[in-house]
Amino acid sequence: MPDSTPIAVAMSGGVDSSTVAAMLARQGHAVVGLTMQLWNQRRLPELTAEGGASVGAGRCCSLDDVYDARRVAEQIGIPYYVVNFERQFEDQVVKPFVAEYLAGRTPIPCTLCNNYIKFDRFLEMADVVGARQIATGHYARIRYDAAAGRYQLLRGRDPAKDQTYFLFGLTQAQLARTLFPLGELTKPEVRELAASMGLAVAAKGDSQEICFVPNGDYAAFLNAYLKETGVPPAETRGEIVTTDGRRLGAHEGVHHFTVGQRRGLGIAAGEPLYVIATEPATQRVIVGGNDELLRHRFVAREVNWISIPEPASPMRAQVKIRNKHAGAAATIARAPGLLDGVEVIFDEPQRAVTPGQAAVFYDGDLVLGGGWIE
Amino acid sequence: MVACLGQVYGNASSIHYFGQAAKQRMEAARRQVAALVGCRPAELIFTGGGTEADNLAVLGAVRAAGRPAHVVTTAIEHPAVLGACAQLEREGHAVTRVPVPASGIVDPDAIRRALRPETALVSVMHANNELGTVQPIAEIARIAHEAGVPVHSDGVQALGKIPVDVEALGVDLYSVSAHKVYAPKGVGALYMRKGTNLTPLAFGGHHERDRRPGTENVPGIAGFGAAAEVAGARLAEDAGRIGGLRDRLENAILDRIPGTGINGSPAGRTPNTSNVYFDGIDGEALTIALDLRGFAVSTGAACSSGAIAPSHVLTAIGLSADRARASMRFSLGRSNTDEQVNALAEALCEAVAHLRRISVHA
Repeated sequence: MPDSTPIAVAMSGGVDSSTVAAMLARQGHAVVGLTMQLWNQRRLPELTAEGGASVGAGRCCSLDDVYDARRVAEQIGIPYYVVNFERQFEDQVVKPFVAEYLAGRTPIPCTLCNNYIKFDRFLEMADVVGARQIATGHYARIRYDAAAGRYQLLRGRDPAKDQTYFLFGLTQAQLARTLFPLGELTKPEVRELAASMGLAVAAKGDSQEICFVPNGDYAAFLNAYLKETGVPPAETRGEIVTTDGRRLGAHEGVHHFTVGQRRGLGIAAGEPLYVIATEPATQRVIVGGNDELLRHRFVAREVNWISIPEPASPMRAQVKIRNKHAGAAATIARAPGLLDGVEVIFDEPQRAVTPGQAAVFYDGDLVLGGGWIE
Repeated sequence: MVACLGQVYGNASSIHYFGQAAKQRMEAARRQVAALVGCRPAELIFTGGGTEADNLAVLGAVRAAGRPAHVVTTAIEHPAVLGACAQLEREGHAVTRVPVPASGIVDPDAIRRALRPETALVSVMHANNELGTVQPIAEIARIAHEAGVPVHSDGVQALGKIPVDVEALGVDLYSVSAHKVYAPKGVGALYMRKGTNLTPLAFGGHHERDRRPGTENVPGIAGFGAAAEVAGARLAEDAGRIGGLRDRLENAILDRIPGTGINGSPAGRTPNTSNVYFDGIDGEALTIALDLRGFAVSTGAACSSGAIAPSHVLTAIGLSADRARASMRFSLGRSNTDEQVNALAEALCEAVAHLRRISVHA
C-alpha cells in the first residue's frame, strides 16, 4: 500500500509529465500537480507572428499547456497549482543564456533550468505541499547503489529519448528525492499508456528544444530581449576570416554563429566552409574546411561526478559533446592547474567541440558525470 | 431568480405578456439595486459585470468628450479601470495615475494637482479590493466638479460592505457587481447620473436606454435585485460581525506570528478585507499550503495561467518587491464563523512555521 505522503509531479501539459501524474495516481499515490510558470510568452511580442495576441501551443508556459495540465489534473482528481518561477528562470536561465551567446559560446539553458529550477526551486515547492519526493517526465533512470551509498543516474531505456545529457548537474540530494517513472519506457509506450488512461494529451506533439525561444531563432530572441531590457543591441559585428588569416567578409555579430555551422555564412567559396570558432575579443568568426573542425582534446569545467566519487586517476569513458552526439571513447584526466576541470582526450578526433555545450561521461548506461566545454 | 429561468422566461424587451412579466422582474430588481446605492432606478444600467461597468464608464465618458482628452485615476485601481485607461492611451488620450501613499488612501489634493484643462474624467475607486481602504470620494468629487470634470468611482468592493449613497458621494458614474453581494456572477450595473455623457461600448439594440444593447440577463438581474435588498437590510449587522471576525484574525496573526503586519491603513477599511505581510514567506507558497489545508486565500492577483503575479497595489503603496510577495489577502464573508477564523489562524501559524523551517524565501 503506497503511503499517503504526496508526490509532487512537475506537469508541463505535455504527454510525458501528464502520464507520470496519471500513473502515480493510478498506483494509489497521493499526487499534487504543479506547473512551473517560467517565462511570459507575451513579453517579447515581436517574436510571435501574431504580435503576441495569441501564444503558440507547444512552447513553454503557453496558456494552452496550462489548460491541458489542469485538465489532466481534474481528470485524475489531484490538487493542482501553477507556481510562478518567472523571476528565478530569468535570473538563472535566461540571463546566463544571453551572456553565453554574447561571449561567443553556445549555451544549453535546459541544463541550467534542471539544476536551478526544476530540481531546486521545484523541490522547495514540494516541501511546501508536504511532498517528500518529486516526479518528472524525464527519460532517465535513478538507482541507489547500496554498496557505494550513492544514487546513480542511468540513461533512459529509450535511446531516442534519453535525456541524461541535460541532467548531469544533479546532486545526490536532488537524486535522492526524484522519481523518473518513464525511465523504463519508450516514447511509443508512454503514448500508448496515456491513451489507455484516456488522457486527452496522448497524441500531443513533442515540445521544441529551447522552450522560451520561438522557432529556435535564438538570435532574434537575443536582440528582442536586449532591446526590452534597455541594453543597447550587442555590437558584435566583425570579420569572417579563415584559419590561415584570409579575410572573407563581414558578419552581423558573433552571436549569430555556432561552431560547426555551415549555412548562413553569407559567403561563396569553392569548398564548403564551416564555423571553426568565434572570437568575442576580436569579434572575428573563424571559418575553415570540415577537417579543421576536428578536435582531439578539450577541457571541461565545473565537473559534477554524479554517480561516482571523483576518480583519483585518469579513467576511460564514452563522452557525449552535444545532445545528438553518439558519444566517443575518451580518456578523462584531471586538467593541470584546474580545481574543477578535466581534460578529455578522444581516441579519435571529434567534429565541432563547441564551447558552452556540455560534455557528459558515460560507462554504458551509467552517467559518470559531466562538465561544461571551455 | 429561479422563476426567471422557468415560468418567467420571456424576453424583457418583448411586447407580449411573457416579455412584460420578465420586464417587471427586471424593473423590480432595478428598484432594489437603486435603493442600495441611493439613486433613481432610471439612472441604473445593468451590465455583464463590474468590469464591463468600469469599462463603460471610463471608455464611454472619455470617448464622449470627442477630442483627445485626459483622465485622472490612481495607481491602485482595479485592472478593469487601469486596463480601460491603457486602452484610452492607445487611442490617443492621456492618463495620469496619481501615486498613493503607504496608507492606501488617496490624497484628494494629489487629484486636484493632476487636473488639466482637457481632463474629461476622474476615476477613483470607492474601496480598494486588496487593502479594503475606503477613499475620500466625496471630497474628490467636489474638487473635480469645481473644475467641471465628471467623476467615476468603482464601487465593486464597497457595495454591501459600507453604506453607499451616490448622491452624498456626488459621483456621476458608479460601478457595482452583483456577485460581491452574493448574487450570481456575470451581472453588474453602472449608475449614471442623469445628464452624464456616455458613448456606449456596443451597438445594435435599444436595451438599457441605448446605453447597453443586448438581451438582458433577466435571471441574473433578478438575483442581483434580491441580493441587494438583503444586503441593504443586513448591512450594519454584517459589517459589525464580519469586521469582528477580521479583527480577531488580524489580532491572532499579529500576536502569534512574528514578522507580520498590516498593509495599508488599519483605520478606514471595509470590514471584510485584511492584507497582511509575513516577512520571509513566499505568498505563493503560503497560498498553496493554506489551500491544501482547506483555506482559500489570495495574494495579489492571479494571472491568466493561474500563477500569481506581484500585486500592483502593494508595490504602488511603496512595499518592497519582497514584502509584496510576502503578503496575503484575506477576504471574509457572511458565511464565515468564529470557529473558521480560529482554524485559519491555527493553520497560518503552522504553515508559516513550516515554510520558515524549510526556508522557502520570498
